[in-house]
Amino acid sequence: MTEHVIEVAAPPVGSRRPPPALLALAILACAVSAIPLVYLLVRVSGGAPDEIASILARPRMPALLLNTVSLVVTVTLSSLVLGMLTAFLLVRVRLRAQRVWIVLAALPLAVPSYLAAFGWLALIPGMQGFWGSFFLLTIVSTPYVTLPVAAAIRGGTTGLDDVARTLGHGPWRAFWLGTWPQIRPAALAGSLLVALYVLSEFGAVALMRYPVLTTAIQQAYGASFNRNYAAILAIILVAIAMILVFGEQRARGRVRRQFGAVTGVSRVRMVSLRAARIPSYLLLAVVPTCAVGIPVSVLVGRLLQAETLRELDVLSLGQAIANTLGLALGGAVTAVLLAIPIAALAARYRGRVVRAIESTGYLALGLPGIVVGLSLVFFSLAVIPALYQTAIVLTFAYGVLFMPKAIGAIRSSVAQVPESLSDVARTLGYSRWQTWRHVTVRLARPGIMAGAMLVAVTAMKELPATLLLRPTGTNTLATELWARTDVSAYGAAAPYAAALVLVASVPAFLLSGARRGRTDEVPS
Amino acid sequence: MRVSLAIAATATALALVLTGCSAPQSSPADGASGAPEGDGELTLYVGRDEALVAPLIEKFTEATGIEVTARYASSSELNALLFEEGDNTPAEAFLSQDAGALGSLSNAGLLSKLPADLTSIIPAGFTSANGTWLGITGRARVIAYDSETVDAADVPKAIAALTDPKYAGEVAFAPGNASMQSFVTALRVLDGEDAAEAWVKGMSENSPVLTEKNGETLDLVNSGEVSFGLINHYYWFEDAAELGEDAMRAQLAFLPGDAGGMVNVTGAGILKGSKDDPDALAFLEYLVSEAGQQYFVEQTYEYPLLPGVAAPEGLPALDSLVNPKLDLSDLESLSQTQELLAKYGLL
Repeated sequence: MTEHVIEVAAPPVGSRRPPPALLALAILACAVSAIPLVYLLVRVSGGAPDEIASILARPRMPALLLNTVSLVVTVTLSSLVLGMLTAFLLVRVRLRAQRVWIVLAALPLAVPSYLAAFGWLALIPGMQGFWGSFFLLTIVSTPYVTLPVAAAIRGGTTGLDDVARTLGHGPWRAFWLGTWPQIRPAALAGSLLVALYVLSEFGAVALMRYPVLTTAIQQAYGASFNRNYAAILAIILVAIAMILVFGEQRARGRVRRQFGAVTGVSRVRMVSLRAARIPSYLLLAVVPTCAVGIPVSVLVGRLLQAETLRELDVLSLGQAIANTLGLALGGAVTAVLLAIPIAALAARYRGRVVRAIESTGYLALGLPGIVVGLSLVFFSLAVIPALYQTAIVLTFAYGVLFMPKAIGAIRSSVAQVPESLSDVARTLGYSRWQTWRHVTVRLARPGIMAGAMLVAVTAMKELPATLLLRPTGTNTLATELWARTDVSAYGAAAPYAAALVLVASVPAFLLSGARRGRTDEVPS
Repeated sequence: MRVSLAIAATATALALVLTGCSAPQSSPADGASGAPEGDGELTLYVGRDEALVAPLIEKFTEATGIEVTARYASSSELNALLFEEGDNTPAEAFLSQDAGALGSLSNAGLLSKLPADLTSIIPAGFTSANGTWLGITGRARVIAYDSETVDAADVPKAIAALTDPKYAGEVAFAPGNASMQSFVTALRVLDGEDAAEAWVKGMSENSPVLTEKNGETLDLVNSGEVSFGLINHYYWFEDAAELGEDAMRAQLAFLPGDAGGMVNVTGAGILKGSKDDPDALAFLEYLVSEAGQQYFVEQTYEYPLLPGVAAPEGLPALDSLVNPKLDLSDLESLSQTQELLAKYGLL
């Protein structure tokens, strides 16, 4: 308990200036992640001002904008509520088969949104529009909130709640005063990922026939070949992403000043369910059933009833699995390397420059894959044509696309490493680099691994940028699945869908934290 | 095996005849003589389904010995990619799902002019007017209707009727789809700007069900969600092959002579940097050879464009659908069509 008091009273983080090497690396990573933005500015500057004005004045524009924003807001809120409830049930409540529930909660990450949409549409063809999109995006993105919040609750204590209770507050008020501040940064970071994901999502909304900015971008590339129009729409997405990122940053900033990183050994009081048992288990079951169980079983059902059971080419399936794993791993490593300097900077230092670097790093996540893919076509042809259409550029693209997903996890784990430890290491003669390598990275490793897994699972499902940038003739599970759903050959698609979900379940399982078990829930 | 050899032989013979008939300026790059002087390799961008095109490419390699590296994505993505790559593209040829993509590449000067002896194989009106791309197959616009709620006799004979308030909320189409847009362009060309605008306005006010793709539109009709869908004819045959013909609740109505029943084409072109590349030319020649055309007929139920190859069974003759007043090269004013659709909130 005393430790918390000390942490709260400690001087605000960021009273020191960041070391130049870290700053330089972070700026470099930030520049890399800004490639899509530079590309968009180049494209838009190619258009005449009247053309831009007339595009913005299209009658459909307000509707597209409204649809996009309302979907982002509603999905984020519902994922936040569902994710927090799930996380609380998973960590603070005595559950039967707790580990199974923990894994199930992470599993929706393994299902691409377009696959979930396919499954549901095969079951309920009339599903469409706002509610269809809202439902699908909520169930597939809830784990983005569940996982970090569960980790935060696991790492936190109920000690502050208890203090509040002894001071006469009711259990809800005590939770609000004691636990909520500990999980608020994680909840905010998760919500930001959900919001940016919804902003950039194309597959499910297109299948639900809900017109938003991303579907309009796809159409602009599709039929009109109007690259300027597509770029203007994408810039609007960037603007919305900026608002979201700044909003999250402001909210999080206040939190940190109030409480600092809450660390230390303390006990965790578990809750017994009693009367709430059945609704609680139902709640835990809803998301995995809707996101994984139903779509996958519907597709498998289609496989069994399809008249044209095409022969399954085991060799090409194996090749696709190997390619998917290799590329996703490469993407994860690239993303983590890009994210570490930005995350370390954001965890340890404050100020306008740090804030600007961190928020720029997030922006690409609000863009649909086709835009980021094209920007890297543009970039690699301009800078390193020899590497164009090689696996190197594709893994680099995954790094640029999904680096923001790793920032949050790495930042919070670095922030949890007490700075006093680094100071001790420095006093004992370690250089800055040695301190970083032997103290900070080692302690922050779970967060770094979590960031890498999150990128890997997302990269496995990625389609548009993969189609544009993959080496000619290289297939991944996602591209094979695409090739088979494009001709409505559900039967032929099912094995690839199953393989993709299975392969992506591995990082999802690792992310769930089920492996860690309950004994070391409380970090030392 | 013997059949495919025969087909290959026919194709080669045909190519020989065709090159033999061509103008005297036959360049050395004309690789159809069976001994191409290219590098024996072809990098191809394919905007069509891999399951469809990959076997065709195998047959081509078998017949010519030319190794093909194919890159598959949707036509629109590849089109965007080709624009972005510009002169640096590794692609030598592009097989596209729709003529609009080829037209826009041609307008941007990214395609090379094909030899006249190649372009003359396909009848005018089904291939590019300026010889930069080659028509491969034809696809008719049709009305798909829900046979459980609509009698075949009651299906409108012209799309103009669909603005009637009695069809409110009952018609689905994909306004962003290239084939749909070229149909609207055809409407503008055939019936005039005012009539086309009236139709677009009428449809937009008739609570249309907007989709992203033709396939989705057909699914909606097939499940009874809507009574009518405006699609390309072959989607129905693809679904029938997957689900069985008896399972098809949707049925097709062709619209001879109406703009709504026009015929679009798929095509292929050679990129500027690979002008007269013998391997690329050999591939295009193969696509419009009897073997190539027959393959599309059997696999996709599309119309062959090579005169003399029979259309798939059960389809009305191509000639009966073609409107003599419409030339595909008239359909290049795509941007006006898009403005029109955007004006009424459909894009």
